[in-house]
Amino acid sequence: MGSGHSAHLHVDGASLLHRLPPQVKLVGLLSFVLAVVSVPAGSLVALGCLVALAAALLLSTGVAPRHLAARLVVALPVVVFALALPFVASGPDSAFGPLTVSSTGVTAAWTVLAKGLTGVLSAVAFAVTTPPTDLVAALQRLRAPALVVVVLSFMVRYLSVVTEELARMRVARESRGFRGRGLRAWPVLAAASGALFVRSYERGERVHLAMLSRGFSGRLPETSPLTARPGEWATALVPATLALTASVAARL
Amino acid sequence: MSLPVLDVRGLAYAYPGGHQALFGVDLHVHAGERVALLGPNGAGKTTFALHLNGILTPGRGSVTVSGLPVTGDSLLEVRRRVGIVFQDPDDQLFMTTVHDDVAFGPANLGVRGAELDARVAEALRAVGVEDLAGRAPHHLSFGQRRRVAIATVLAMRPEILVLDEPSSNLDPTSRRELADILRSLDVTVLMVTHDLPYAVELCERSVVLSEGTIVADGPTRAVLADAELMARHRLELPVGFSI
Ligand SMILES: Nc1ncnc2c1ncn2[C@@H]1O[C@H](COP(=O)(O)OP(=O)(O)OP(=O)(O)O)[C@@H](O)[C@H]1O
Ligand SMILES: [Mg+2]
Repeated sequence: MGSGHSAHLHVDGASLLHRLPPQVKLVGLLSFVLAVVSVPAGSLVALGCLVALAAALLLSTGVAPRHLAARLVVALPVVVFALALPFVASGPDSAFGPLTVSSTGVTAAWTVLAKGLTGVLSAVAFAVTTPPTDLVAALQRLRAPALVVVVLSFMVRYLSVVTEELARMRVARESRGFRGRGLRAWPVLAAASGALFVRSYERGERVHLAMLSRGFSGRLPETSPLTARPGEWATALVPATLALTASVAARL
Repeated sequence: MSLPVLDVRGLAYAYPGGHQALFGVDLHVHAGERVALLGPNGAGKTTFALHLNGILTPGRGSVTVSGLPVTGDSLLEVRRRVGIVFQDPDDQLFMTTVHDDVAFGPANLGVRGAELDARVAEALRAVGVEDLAGRAPHHLSFGQRRRVAIATVLAMRPEILVLDEPSSNLDPTSRRELADILRSLDVTVLMVTHDLPYAVELCERSVVLSEGTIVADGPTRAVLADAELMARHRLELPVGFSI
């Protein structure tokens, strides 16, 4: 079983976002999200434009909407929370058809919804255009702590090995007539997760030996350093600049 | 004779739990030799291999690689000279791309830039998988992973290649292709294996390790032809195979 089965976020493509170097994209994403968060509550027009911008970015990736929809499900809690706010918040009430809603709640709801959606849309745009390995390389380039980089790169590398191990153990259980349902299954499942832990731990030890054998001394060597042209930085910072402008303009 | 690449004297080792795995092993391997290390399960073969680059420290005895003792100060150089290919390629290939994995060893030795890329390309070419450089190790077939694992070690330009069960889990074609590759490499080889026909095919000399001691050392065919010795140490040729 290959790791083709695991749910990869990344989708191949040739859009502008696909071509930008990952460290540049990561900085672009983080600064955009921070700038959006800094937009004062209640600037509904500005926030609306930023949601549209994030949606446009996502569409520009050229990834099929069907794929995107599945990945956008993470935004659901934000949407539900925002929809509930007008009904639960206190403050001056206003009539909304047959319902009475809190107008402070409505403003807050729009703000939460817009900021949440912008964050999710742009994060998904980043995720579908950046392979996990590039994310690790980007963090290393951006001087993230060595330990974080090592742990992340091992997650990327061994996640499928561990999932496959888990799947093999499940097949072995079920081949011997085990049905994973009900309370009686729990002790078996607990033992299985213990076994998985031990197996993974021992693999970790063997991998460590293999690393030592090749001269490992605590830091992953940066074998093909990422580079970026000034033009690429400028492109990646456009959304953040727009959001920052909106944020400043709304305060004037 | 010239200075041996590998000079092991009186090597004894007990695991921290108290289990004594090696009882005074002596072995010399000279440049250009291909030696098979044979032995039943639990004989101590892997334990022995882990001493060759200082992963395990001898309880008694010594290991010397081309005149360099395997001790604290010289470990990095020893690990460059002795390339160990582990039995499970998933343990050996821990980086996220084949290129980065092959580059890992030489990069730890301080090689960078164009020189590093040349080393990676050379090692991948030696095992016939240049086209896999950009792939993720976990997306490769087992045979491809085994080859890449060998490339990761070749990239360090070792003086001796130590292979733990290189033919295990390979289909007959991959097994033969690997033999061709190993024959084509210009490097001293110590091959740990239960696969006796593979030893006959690749190694002119065989050493039998059993219960932590060397019980035979000689030309492969002569060692394998000694039916009594083989039976005593639980080594069996496959049905239908004769020397
Ligand atoms: N980490 C360990 N702790 C304690 N004992 C161990 C450890 N690893 C191996 N042993 C024991 O040391 C002995 C030699 O093991 P070793 O793995 O070297 O054998 P081997 O010849 O490589 O066997 P195989 O052919 O099965 O790979 C065995 O009896 C084994 O149980
Ligand atoms: Mg072994």
